[in-house]
Amino acid sequence: MPLRLLKYALSREHPAPRFFRDCTEPKKTYDAVIIGGGGHGLAAAYYLAKDHGITNVAVLEKGYIGGGNTGRNTTIVRSNYLTPEGVNFYNASVKLFEDLSEELDINLFYSNRGHFTLAHTDSAMRTMRWRAEVNKHVGVESYVVGPDEISKACPQLDISCSGQAPILGALYHAPGSVARHDAVAWGYAKEADRMGVEIFQSTEVTGIDVKSGKVVGVQTSKGYISTNRVLSAVAGFTPRICEMVDVETPIVIHPLQACVTEPMKPWLDTILVSGSLHVYVSQSSRGELVMGSSLDPYEIHSTRSSLDFVEGLTSHITDMFPFLGNVKVVRQWAGMADLTPDFAPIMGKTEVEGFYIDAGWGTWGFKATPISGKTMAETIARDMAPDMIRSFRLSRFEDYELTGEKGAASVGH
Amino acid sequence: MKLLQCPVNGIRPVSEFTYGGEYREMPDADTCSDKEWATYVHHRHGAPGLKKEWWYHGPSGTWFIAERNTLTDKVSRTYLYGQENKA
Repeated sequence: MPLRLLKYALSREHPAPRFFRDCTEPKKTYDAVIIGGGGHGLAAAYYLAKDHGITNVAVLEKGYIGGGNTGRNTTIVRSNYLTPEGVNFYNASVKLFEDLSEELDINLFYSNRGHFTLAHTDSAMRTMRWRAEVNKHVGVESYVVGPDEISKACPQLDISCSGQAPILGALYHAPGSVARHDAVAWGYAKEADRMGVEIFQSTEVTGIDVKSGKVVGVQTSKGYISTNRVLSAVAGFTPRICEMVDVETPIVIHPLQACVTEPMKPWLDTILVSGSLHVYVSQSSRGELVMGSSLDPYEIHSTRSSLDFVEGLTSHITDMFPFLGNVKVVRQWAGMADLTPDFAPIMGKTEVEGFYIDAGWGTWGFKATPISGKTMAETIARDMAPDMIRSFRLSRFEDYELTGEKGAASVGH
Repeated sequence: MKLLQCPVNGIRPVSEFTYGGEYREMPDADTCSDKEWATYVHHRHGAPGLKKEWWYHGPSGTWFIAERNTLTDKVSRTYLYGQENKA
């Protein structure tokens, strides 16, 4: 770093470095094509190149990289899930996240905050104890705390929630963190590009060619690409891509909305989540409160925002923090969440040879970015899913072996 | 405020309604294969388009069918189950 700085000092020209090449014309053939230039797709490209030496890879993105759910989540990273499979998987992701800034040579503003899942009812407390025990068993630092400890960590919180829903306790999760989500996509793009992966923005996939049950190529808005390995990592567009290859999934699309307030001085150190009040909130490094709520109640393939959402969310957030009554909401947005019936992702192979799926990320996708990239890269390289994601396979629905991941954010207890 | 036409009570605010998911034909449990049954239980037509959906009007306890485009969120018509032709 110092040498690079010195070079700048001696030169009169200071061109802004580009993160990745501006690819325009795809080649005729690639070893693998990744549909979707979000965090998951780019991470898969990065680990394909780094772990498996497969660099003749194209990433096709309909819009711009990180413009989908990668840039629309509330940036929380945690692993305090309910099933051992889920806890193991997300814990591996947290471990990768912790070293990711250094690995990708980009500042992800990874900030370890501690994470409280508030419980307002006896049944919620029961779930918190359950999650704490599963977490401890797998080696993840989570435990149940009482109102006093919550107040100590966050004195601003009204423990009675304005008398509406008194807090009985919480699941405390020490590794809970926030990270700058766009930078995760940029970092993976930068390093994948450096190893030879080609990233095409504004490139839409219009069809996938399958012959005798095998993928042979992809039709795009920039011409035909022949390949026998395709990864779909498109979150809310998964049903549309799967329709191209006649793969059926249980995925339905509901919008998930979020918003931020105007920036304030730092006062909220921790991440707070309440399943009963449908709120999760943290303060970003810019000082904004980043807030999210539960899913919109019915299927829409759209990223429209609604007034109902801010009304509901702000009513709950002022129950928790009455002094925020005069703070303004400055931006709101939505992402298209791809939901599964058991709140676990769908990862791995499909009945079409060479068509791999990384989907069903509902409200829990961002935190899984590194590990999903790593495990999907292994799946593509070896044509075999690693054990870690076996319970997330698409065929689990046919086998009636659902995962039952109730630790997902959108689930009230 | 978004509005929705209940076939019994007329136009009401959407907050009075609950979404019941896509209308689906149940295969004959005695004759269908395990795979067909698993598909019926779990899989959905997730791609956007004009769909027949179950909706429920809470205050009056009315279940009915709405034909709605899930891309544009436009409801083209609503009717009681089995009364499609009268709508």
